[in-house]
Amino acid sequence: MSGDASPSQAANVASANVDPDSRTESERVARNASPTDAAAAAADSAVMVDAATTPLVERGVSVTLDGLRAFYGNAEQVKGIDLEVRANEVTAIIGPSGSGKSTVVRCINRMHEEIPGAHAEGRVLLDDADVYDPDVDVVAVRRAIGMVFQKPNPFPTMSVFDNVAAGLRLSSTTRARGGKAKLHANVEAALRRAALWDEVADRLDEPGAGLSGGQQQRLCIARSLAVEPDVILMDEPCSALDPIATLKIEELIEELKRRVTIVIVTHNMQQAARVADRTAFMLGGELVEVGPTEEMFTKPGDPRTEEYVTGKFG
Amino acid sequence: MSTHGAPGADATLARFAVSPARRRRDRLARGLISAGTAVALVPLVLVIYYLLHKGLSAWSGSFFTTDPTGNTFFKTSSIGGIKSALLGTIEIVALASAIAIPIGIGVAVWLVEYGRDGVFAQVVRFFIDVMTGVPSIVFGLFIYIVLIVGTGSSYAGYKGSLALALLMLPVVTRSAEVILLLIPGELRESALALGAPRWKVISTVVLPTALPGLVTGVLLAVARAAGETAPLLFTAAAARNTDFNLSHFMNSLPVQIYNDVTSPTTAVVNRAWGAALALVTLILLLNVIARLAARRSRLA
Repeated sequence: MSGDASPSQAANVASANVDPDSRTESERVARNASPTDAAAAAADSAVMVDAATTPLVERGVSVTLDGLRAFYGNAEQVKGIDLEVRANEVTAIIGPSGSGKSTVVRCINRMHEEIPGAHAEGRVLLDDADVYDPDVDVVAVRRAIGMVFQKPNPFPTMSVFDNVAAGLRLSSTTRARGGKAKLHANVEAALRRAALWDEVADRLDEPGAGLSGGQQQRLCIARSLAVEPDVILMDEPCSALDPIATLKIEELIEELKRRVTIVIVTHNMQQAARVADRTAFMLGGELVEVGPTEEMFTKPGDPRTEEYVTGKFG
Repeated sequence: MSTHGAPGADATLARFAVSPARRRRDRLARGLISAGTAVALVPLVLVIYYLLHKGLSAWSGSFFTTDPTGNTFFKTSSIGGIKSALLGTIEIVALASAIAIPIGIGVAVWLVEYGRDGVFAQVVRFFIDVMTGVPSIVFGLFIYIVLIVGTGSSYAGYKGSLALALLMLPVVTRSAEVILLLIPGELRESALALGAPRWKVISTVVLPTALPGLVTGVLLAVARAAGETAPLLFTAAAARNTDFNLSHFMNSLPVQIYNDVTSPTTAVVNRAWGAALALVTLILLLNVIARLAARRSRLA
């Protein structure tokens, strides 16, 4: 947590096996104490607002998959994957349906195990903290690793404001969250970072489900951003959206990687080419190859990758 | 149709026309369904008609403000009203609801969110199904044996509440379980992925989303409990006076109706009609209020 610690929960994820609510406070403290957040450390209330307006690149967190295997019952869906996701980069995972792309990202924030009968083996390191360490609190892992799903899924009973605030309300205590003004500032900051603020500023009290599909998806991104994750996992975030909404999300991804590390699963190879710094190709639960996106699409090392990216199958 | 239009219209029509045989079958099927609906409506309409016809004539200014007097053989004007029964029903059902609703919804939440398809959850589901089918008098008998014969004490309003709570429990649980299962898994997942502990996911996302459905299920249970006579007969018994102490004998609408209709005095039988109409109105009001409340609490 000291020395070269990142401004993240990564370092204390491993030691976080206490009650989720009492831990939130120390998490925030740890965050404030880190060198890159020095400016924000002075005033607790400034942490997130400050983060929203500072144009600097924050050092993000790397994700390392080490021999990751995932099972549904006895069926092995992901068959031992080693993959390094670099900090502040967008890494795309492409591959045909059923190749295990979604399962891999769901293993990173340990959502995979929510499915009855499913489990994962191997290690997933956030910097150097293993999220599968037995002492790790799953809830803390998921706070550090946000997730955006295929279908936009704002909470149907909540307003636009409450949807974003839900990220904070669900994951921290009232005390840790601060007062109303601070909550409002954090919600605004998250909405701005999700490039949605200008469109919803005057309708914060309307139902989140009343927005357009693209807006709903950015609302979901804002919701996960509000918790200040180090990594955001996106599981085909644009597959339910029209091209213009897709473009907006892609621009947003470009913007977001300055402060978070992004893993995006996509069926759309053009999308991977547009947004990803590095691309990983999966097939039948195995990682075929990973490399800089341009290389993957122009001179892939593996003939199967070439066949896939040129549209011969999948 | 065939008298105007382009020359090709007839041919086109012939190609797409419904055959006479199919038209006949369609008419027959529609006729059967309409007749069935009408037949089903007959008893409903008759019940409401008789309730209004007989019940309204029993309602009067003092009907709701006086307790039954028991002077059934004297002047018909002195038999009294249904005040104690109306308030007794509200008290007994309120306590029964306060017991059965939290427990029932709690069990449903456990079944859906935690127990899932585990062995224990299956056992719980089995017993809930069995409980649903138990005749209401058995719950009354159970409380009678345990709390009245067993303890050597006498009838009391709260014992009636307990019998009704037992009756409501499986209805609340079953309906709540069905509603909770309808909440999409993605909602739970997205809340979990935000780093929310499971109890917060349930209390702030799952339950509010399910609220309108839960209200409907709860209302069914409350309505059923409010109309039950058998569990109250030998648990809360009957009384004449209005009483706010649930450990005393307590009057209730179903029991008063039950006692009144067996009376040889016409005025008392009429009071039963009035009480029946009051009971139906009470349940209807409850429905309307709860639905309005549920609608208001939902944004969408």
